[in-house]
Amino acid sequence: MRTPSQTVGPFFGFALPWPDGPHVVPPGTPGGFWLRGRVLDGDGRPVPDALVETWQADPDGRLDNGFRDDGGFRGFGRCPTDEAGAFALHTVKPGRVADRAGRLQAPHLAVSVFSRGLLNRVVTRVYFADEPAANAEDPVLATVDPDRRDTLLARPDGDGYTFDIRLQGEHETVFFDLA
Amino acid sequence: MTAPNGTDPPLLYPDYRSSVRRAPARSLVTLPATPTELTGPVFGDRAVGPLDHDLTRQHDGEPLGERIVVHGQVRDADGRPVPHSLVEIWQANSAGRYAHQVDRHPAPLDPNFTGAGRCLTDDQGRFRFITVKPGAYPWRNHDNAWRPAHIHFSLFGRAFTQRLVTQMYFPGDPLFAQDPIFNSVPEAARPLLICRFDLSETVPEWALAYRFDIVLGGRYATPFEEGDR
Repeated sequence: MRTPSQTVGPFFGFALPWPDGPHVVPPGTPGGFWLRGRVLDGDGRPVPDALVETWQADPDGRLDNGFRDDGGFRGFGRCPTDEAGAFALHTVKPGRVADRAGRLQAPHLAVSVFSRGLLNRVVTRVYFADEPAANAEDPVLATVDPDRRDTLLARPDGDGYTFDIRLQGEHETVFFDLA
Repeated sequence: MTAPNGTDPPLLYPDYRSSVRRAPARSLVTLPATPTELTGPVFGDRAVGPLDHDLTRQHDGEPLGERIVVHGQVRDADGRPVPHSLVEIWQANSAGRYAHQVDRHPAPLDPNFTGAGRCLTDDQGRFRFITVKPGAYPWRNHDNAWRPAHIHFSLFGRAFTQRLVTQMYFPGDPLFAQDPIFNSVPEAARPLLICRFDLSETVPEWALAYRFDIVLGGRYATPFEEGDR
């Protein structure tokens, strides 16, 4: 039987974050931008003790099963939220990756959110609002209630994109059950 | 397809108060894993330092408390070992206090104990940590609430689908009955969170040992599937 999940609790901050964890790509990478957002609870209050992790293809749509530790593209990002519930990850827009049926997906990041109060991680995806043509043919977005798809869209904002994660309530982010 | 994990706790478990305003209220949308989810970060040796697995040797002196070995094997849902994958742990010290600013429990900090460790599983999926047994500590979930002694575990496996954060408990803890985090797990699965005393790995005149085997759910991309996409 699979080992059950338990909450990450409130006290991971001294153990899990690492200094360049938010850097999926290093500073100065061509095409690099900041993906910024907040994690909010059902009352709209910031969640100051969450951990956001991302995994993505590189700009050419390659998904190496690995963590490249050579000072370049890593694929993986990890950022704890601050007192305002805010996180920021420095990354690049991924290329398009086909699903297992060969259908091209729109550029996206896979996201895990852990926090005190979450007995299991919640899984979502970041898509990009400035990719309307690709988003329109994405096979995963197609399974999401059209009224809720905008909760999965990061919006261009200054030097990057904004993507808030609403755990509960009005405009609750779409979360996925991996099968 | 992997069956839903019948061992996981529900996201909403009202006895655990913090879940009430944080658990999503809408139904989860089923996502058949794509290559994005079937791959994941697999960390190299450079991610882990030589003493990262030994929480008793990270400072000038030795921490106070009962020295223990915590070891086990990580396997996937088909029973195959999960090699070369990152395992992270963190815990309170022997007095039940975390080295974290937010922890206000009036128990002493130990200058010789941080309580964070990491290692990579070997080619058989095995890991081994040396630490001290953590203390129980109070929290404010309900009247006179105490967390059973536990060590937090974070595992990456071989793919995003296999990512797991959990907690390991110790056999026979009298605090189980009143702990909503432990009891949020279906009753039949709770024993999976409890390590077992392992006399065979005890180091005579030095440390007791506990074994905690971990089974990760979720598919991952085999080389065949990667070539197939």
